[in-house]
Amino acid sequence: MVRTPRFWGIHADPGLRLNWMLGAIPFALMLLIYLTASHIKLAENPSYKLLPSPYKMALTVKELILYPNTFTGEYVLWNDTVKSLHRISLGIFWGAAVGLLLGLAMGVFRGCKGLLLPFVSFVGTVPALALLPILFIAFGVDELAKVVLIFLGIFPGIASNVYLKTSKIPPEHITKALTLGASELGVTFRIVLPQVMPSFLDTVRLSLGSAGLFLIAAEGIASDGGLAYRIFLAQRGNNMDVIIPYVMWITLIFIAVDCILRKFINWKYHWYAAEER
Amino acid sequence: MQRRKDKMTADLETLRKKSILYFENVYKEYDTKLVLDNVDFAVSAGELCSLVGPSGCGKSTLFRLIVGEERTTSGLILVEGHPVGFPDTTRGIVYQRYPLYPFLSVLDNVLLGRRLSNNIVARMRHKKEFEEEAMYYLEEVKLAQDKDKFSGELSGGMQQRVAIAQALIMKPKILLMDEPFSGLDQGVREHLQVFLLEIWEKFKLTILFVTHNLTEAVYLGTRILVLSQHYTDDRGPDVMRGAKIVGDYQLERKAASTAVKVTEEFNRLVQQIGHEGFDPLHLQHVKKFNLKHHDSFQTLTKEEDRG
Repeated sequence: MVRTPRFWGIHADPGLRLNWMLGAIPFALMLLIYLTASHIKLAENPSYKLLPSPYKMALTVKELILYPNTFTGEYVLWNDTVKSLHRISLGIFWGAAVGLLLGLAMGVFRGCKGLLLPFVSFVGTVPALALLPILFIAFGVDELAKVVLIFLGIFPGIASNVYLKTSKIPPEHITKALTLGASELGVTFRIVLPQVMPSFLDTVRLSLGSAGLFLIAAEGIASDGGLAYRIFLAQRGNNMDVIIPYVMWITLIFIAVDCILRKFINWKYHWYAAEER
Repeated sequence: MQRRKDKMTADLETLRKKSILYFENVYKEYDTKLVLDNVDFAVSAGELCSLVGPSGCGKSTLFRLIVGEERTTSGLILVEGHPVGFPDTTRGIVYQRYPLYPFLSVLDNVLLGRRLSNNIVARMRHKKEFEEEAMYYLEEVKLAQDKDKFSGELSGGMQQRVAIAQALIMKPKILLMDEPFSGLDQGVREHLQVFLLEIWEKFKLTILFVTHNLTEAVYLGTRILVLSQHYTDDRGPDVMRGAKIVGDYQLERKAASTAVKVTEEFNRLVQQIGHEGFDPLHLQHVKKFNLKHHDSFQTLTKEEDRG
């Protein structure tokens, strides 16, 4: 009788509990290495700044959350979070909205496809970050340039994805909708849109990563607040006690949004899971 | 001669007016291939007309022309006496594939026609009526208790029944069915054939039923049109030919039992049609086609018929 191995080899089946434990190991290792290194360094020199102890980080975070900044009177972490989220959500909103409309137009109307597809593909190929200097010159170093960067960075990808999904809808579906009395816009928004909606939301979810990248780059270069701004500012003073919690906070926000979107898609479009995956 | 011709023209004029579906001199050519080659036929209201033909003969092309997805290279197609246009509510469709919209429940699929063809005010005002109407059709196709399911939860046969209800709610002048039962198991298929006959009788539908399955065509149809590229004419051997209607049979209405499929008469007819339309070695001359149906006609060119 052959036994299924728990971990080693191609036939291994760890099972649910072991799987969780396995997943936790790299995290635990990372934590352990950090704490050891931090402990050793701080024992040598208590004012060593590059590997702050968790306690030190907690104190800093507490200060950032609970007490207003002495110069500006703002609650720093809160203020930074609102600013960053505002920028990124504006950028994503416009990028998603324009991407969706363009993608639908290109997928349903072949004239629009002829008109728009080459241009959208072209814009999609331009590395958006390289446009940042242009955007700063054109729109100033304020909010607008950052929003436009995120918008430019994500809308082509969303548009081409929606276009691809739309053009994969069987032509039978469209013809049949017409025989059921649909107008051309009716076909677009009531037959095509509901079918591409879940994959559109999925694409938006996957665009969060690049949107975050653009936000961080833009805030790092020129800004007066924001999560990434704070990180880059802290880097000048080697304030790792600020940087590490901030990075963790940003990561947490992304994980949360990603998770919510994913749950929402699965709940709202349960037929999608059966169709696509 | 002249008088015969005049009579012919007059007859065609009446036929054009009274037929629900009318093809005259229809050619369809793709880049390198002639698919439909002077196709003529007329279908009257109330028929359950099967269209059969060997694979690759152009059944799907012909179907797309009627639906309005494609246009003829030349020739005349009339639906209810009007030149065929883009797809609209005069023609209902049931396809073999993608019978339902996956993002809608069964009930919403059937309701879709009423919803799409009415503006938002009318939809609100008649919400109740529309739903009752949809439920009526769902009961007719015996799926009322499955109204909240999605297409993924239904078997292939159930999906086709919903698709039929979905088309019926728009009361199309003609219901076009493209191999609707082809992907299904034999048992389910026979069940649906009987079901379709019942529905056809009850709602006095006009149906054009496209299939490559001869038994199915003969069993269902009150009439059989055979489309085939296997024939000959006076154009000589080197001409590229497309498909024509090579046979047109009227069948008597019969009881809806599938038992007729094993009778000798049934089988003889199936074999005869198979021989005339499906056998690539048996080339009938255009003048000898079996076009016995009273709506049948043929417009041959001089080259095709030199006799």
